[in-house]
Amino acid sequence: MRFPFLGDGSLRRGRVINATILRATFERRAVLIGAVQGGIGALLALRLGYLAIAENEKYRLESESNRVNLTLIPPRRGWILDRNGAPLASNRADFRVDLIPERMHNASATIDRLGELLALEPTRIADIKDKVSTSRGFAPVEVASGLNYEQFAALSVRLPDLPGVVPQRGFSRFYPTASSVGHLIGYVGPASAEEYEKDPNPILITPGYKIGKDGLEKQFEKGLRGVPGARRVEVTASGRIVRDLETREDVQGAPVRLTIDGPLQDYAARRIGLESGSVVVMDCRTGDLMCMASMPSFDPNSFSDGIGSVEYAMLRDDERVPLRNKVLKGLYPPGSTVKPMVSMALMEQGIDPHEQVHCGGGLRVGNRVFGCWNRRGHGAVDMARGIYQSCDVYFYTMAQRVGMDPIAAMARRCGMGEEFPLPVTSQFYGTVPDPAWKMKKWGREWQTFDTVNATIGQGYMLSSPLQLAVMASRLATGRHVMPRLTLDTKPKGFDTIDFPSEHVEYVRQAMSDVVNGPGTAGRARLPIKDVQIAGKTGTAQVVSLSISNGRTGPWKYRDHGLFIFFAPFDNPRYAGAVVIEHGGGSGAAYPIARDVTTFLFDPTKGMEALTALEKQWGGTAQQRLEARYATYAAERGAEVRRPPRRDEEIFDRVEAEARVAATQTEAIAEDVITPRAEANPSATPPAASAVSPEQQPEPAPAPPEVSE
Amino acid sequence: MNSTAARRVVPDAIARQPWEMLIPLVLLTAFGGLVLYSAGGGAMQPFAASHFIRFAVFAVMTAIIAALPRDIVRMVTYPGYLAVLLMLLGVEIVGAVGGGSQRWLELGPIRIQPSELMKPAVVLAMARFYETLPLGMVGTWRSLVPSGVLIGLPIGLVLMQPDLGTSVAIAFGGVVVMFLAGLPLWWFMLAGGAALGAAPLVYFFALHDYQRARVTTFLDPESDPLGAGYHIAQSKIAIGSGGIFGKGFNNGTQSHLNYLPEPHTDFVFATMAEEWGLAGGLFVLLMYGLILRWGMKVAAQSQDRFSALLAAGATATIFFFIAINLLMVMGMAPAKGIPLPWMSHGGSSMMTNMICIGLLMMVNRWNQRAPRRGLASR
Repeated sequence: MRFPFLGDGSLRRGRVINATILRATFERRAVLIGAVQGGIGALLALRLGYLAIAENEKYRLESESNRVNLTLIPPRRGWILDRNGAPLASNRADFRVDLIPERMHNASATIDRLGELLALEPTRIADIKDKVSTSRGFAPVEVASGLNYEQFAALSVRLPDLPGVVPQRGFSRFYPTASSVGHLIGYVGPASAEEYEKDPNPILITPGYKIGKDGLEKQFEKGLRGVPGARRVEVTASGRIVRDLETREDVQGAPVRLTIDGPLQDYAARRIGLESGSVVVMDCRTGDLMCMASMPSFDPNSFSDGIGSVEYAMLRDDERVPLRNKVLKGLYPPGSTVKPMVSMALMEQGIDPHEQVHCGGGLRVGNRVFGCWNRRGHGAVDMARGIYQSCDVYFYTMAQRVGMDPIAAMARRCGMGEEFPLPVTSQFYGTVPDPAWKMKKWGREWQTFDTVNATIGQGYMLSSPLQLAVMASRLATGRHVMPRLTLDTKPKGFDTIDFPSEHVEYVRQAMSDVVNGPGTAGRARLPIKDVQIAGKTGTAQVVSLSISNGRTGPWKYRDHGLFIFFAPFDNPRYAGAVVIEHGGGSGAAYPIARDVTTFLFDPTKGMEALTALEKQWGGTAQQRLEARYATYAAERGAEVRRPPRRDEEIFDRVEAEARVAATQTEAIAEDVITPRAEANPSATPPAASAVSPEQQPEPAPAPPEVSE
Repeated sequence: MNSTAARRVVPDAIARQPWEMLIPLVLLTAFGGLVLYSAGGGAMQPFAASHFIRFAVFAVMTAIIAALPRDIVRMVTYPGYLAVLLMLLGVEIVGAVGGGSQRWLELGPIRIQPSELMKPAVVLAMARFYETLPLGMVGTWRSLVPSGVLIGLPIGLVLMQPDLGTSVAIAFGGVVVMFLAGLPLWWFMLAGGAALGAAPLVYFFALHDYQRARVTTFLDPESDPLGAGYHIAQSKIAIGSGGIFGKGFNNGTQSHLNYLPEPHTDFVFATMAEEWGLAGGLFVLLMYGLILRWGMKVAAQSQDRFSALLAAGATATIFFFIAINLLMVMGMAPAKGIPLPWMSHGGSSMMTNMICIGLLMMVNRWNQRAPRRGLASR
């Protein structure tokens, strides 16, 4: 038998071809063709089975992912509440209107009607018409956002006559006290590409979704974010929604409850007024940070809407650095505010507080003479007088006796140089210099004059307002108070006794005398009966005497004014610190402390003082910021540069500038500091009404205390 | 196939019909109508109704063709071929005059694609040619050159349209007839080898960009998932997601939500497989198998060379539609506008396939009339 398909050799030349042979060939070849057909049929059946059975799961998934479109519903952000439950950051219902062009019957008429209802500009109406005519029918076209409720309601009742108009509710972040909480709370903004790379959560790239960019908003991002809702819809290949499959509601982010007292924060921020500075107030019994005001500041509301170029330029060009959180990232020589702390160190080293030192207006150390701020001399000075009169010679003398190490150890125990376990994005922790530190950092031996400078809070010594406030509460209570910022953290440090109670009593009395006795801050007295504030002034020199006298001249060469305080002095409830950058001396700081403390005990009286001041200043901090913005935009609006594309650039820059600023005093660390005149040693008790900081009384032009 | 018992109950004229083909054909067309009903969004309009109407109209035409006597067919074969060739030329002329290419002629209310008519016409002409060719010349150049012209002219015209798929279909029908006519096997091997060798040249120099894209996509479907590869990818998703029994009638998401391109024409099999699964697919394959087997049987039973070559050529033409379409929807051939016989919505392919069925039924009738008497024709 011949192989059926290859039998054609017989047809080649030479053979006789007849009908029978052709028929046989036909039949063989027909079988071949039939076999090929059958083979392809079998191949198709196998392929079909493979696709439908072996790959069924894969293709079913692909079919589902084709069909189902998942839309994320952005979760409402958790609120940030103050200690009493009042919102510092909340969500404001935001009303917006979109058009779905394919649902509109008479597009032009509907848009005209909308323009009437929402009072839209004619150019805007033209824009919308243009967009509607060119859009793909089912894609929404935004008409307006940020509508108020009245407009929204007016529109909603007319919906039956306006097919294709879709009013929607969203939420935007709202900070009721605006710039007062700017540095503390931070702001929100759309996630950057880098942030999405780090956390590839699809919610981050949902249009309009914002995440925390700075401060507590960034720190508590995880908890505040909540859980997005989801809407599963069936869509066609072109994206048209066919029907809803299922909707899951969003879960609002958990609120964060702060220890901050909202009204106090706002009051303190406004009370700083035209100055640049910070106010920190703590609750001595729990360590609660009740106020962390830093001014001038930015308005987190407008930042959250996107940082405008004009606004950013205005803030960047301001020498008072409104973008820097001065509570955490401002470092200042603490000046004489360290004297109570140094006193604790001296007492611990066994120095009798009643031992007297003669102050003749200066002290020779080696071949240099270190002056007292009071050039005429204080005469016989004991420790208490050293504190309330801020006598520098007393501390020069005693500090040399005990050496730097016990003082540095005490400074650290009081919180200087310490980084606190707080939920903040970053904090600077300053410098507590000692011989080992100087050798390591500068490669030079510690000198006696370094001790002398450090004793009066100058030289290399740097601390932040937060550290000063912690120092005040530790001195006031004698406990190792740890600050806390959220109500759900436990108060800490109260079981650690830092100082013996008789030392605490002694220092309390001396610090009370600063204000209520013959001390340097008589005008800080509270206009309230029965409550007495205790404190310590400080004036920190930032440039050498040859450049500036510290009180006049260019703003950035003026002395910093500092004040640490607690009240009531005999049973401390609140403690805090006020630092006014380049305020010209402590006289710029303690009136603020006085008014803030007044507000704590008697809000009405506190507000009266502030209202009077704000009248002079031209409005609240927020009003002034807005006015300044308007002026700036009018003058410079046309020529400002674009803001940085990424928020990180802003903060990197702010941080870098803050670090540079903090090293300013290093230049004079090796100089002999001529202490500046302390404020008003012999003040009479103040009138019941507040005194504005500008009216700072000066004593005789004696050099006050400044160190380094 | 007619049993004695059946002959008594059923009238002769009915019993004589080739039910082994007609039943699968009707089932297939009805099933196709069902799929088109679903592809039309669960309605008779716009696809299913016209599908049935066309089938009915062309069934009448099929019956007329089936009734034609052998002599008349022999007589009109060459004139018919010539007429279709002229129509093809007419398309070219109209296209050239009107500017821009087209594939159809408007004849009053109906639109005719001459290239579709050419498929059976070539088969007829080739069968006629080899019938008249003296047996001794098979295997000489004289058996090849005239038939080469018969195939070459229409292919050339169709390629100018340009319509690669139809040219290949015409060539396929013609070559199958040549093969069965007994031309030397080594000719075909040589031609096959030459075609393989020429393929790269054709790909780079003769194909249009869109045709090249189809080939590239076929070779690497993932290369462009949203562009040219999209069709095949979506088709495979539709077939694969159907599973064994499918998603159910009218429940296909790929077709209903427009992910599947052309769910009623080229990709009607994918539309079907999504809703009816592997079971539906095997049913369709079985029906085609029955029809084609019948076609080959008719060819084998033919009494003369003309009938045999005609029947085999017509079967091959139908087969070509089915095979290329199914290979394509399952991702094994480049995407090409070739519809699936009796399932896809479309008049032209329905007409071509019904003409082929008519020719087969005609040959079948001749066979029945005059039982096989050996191979010699005249």
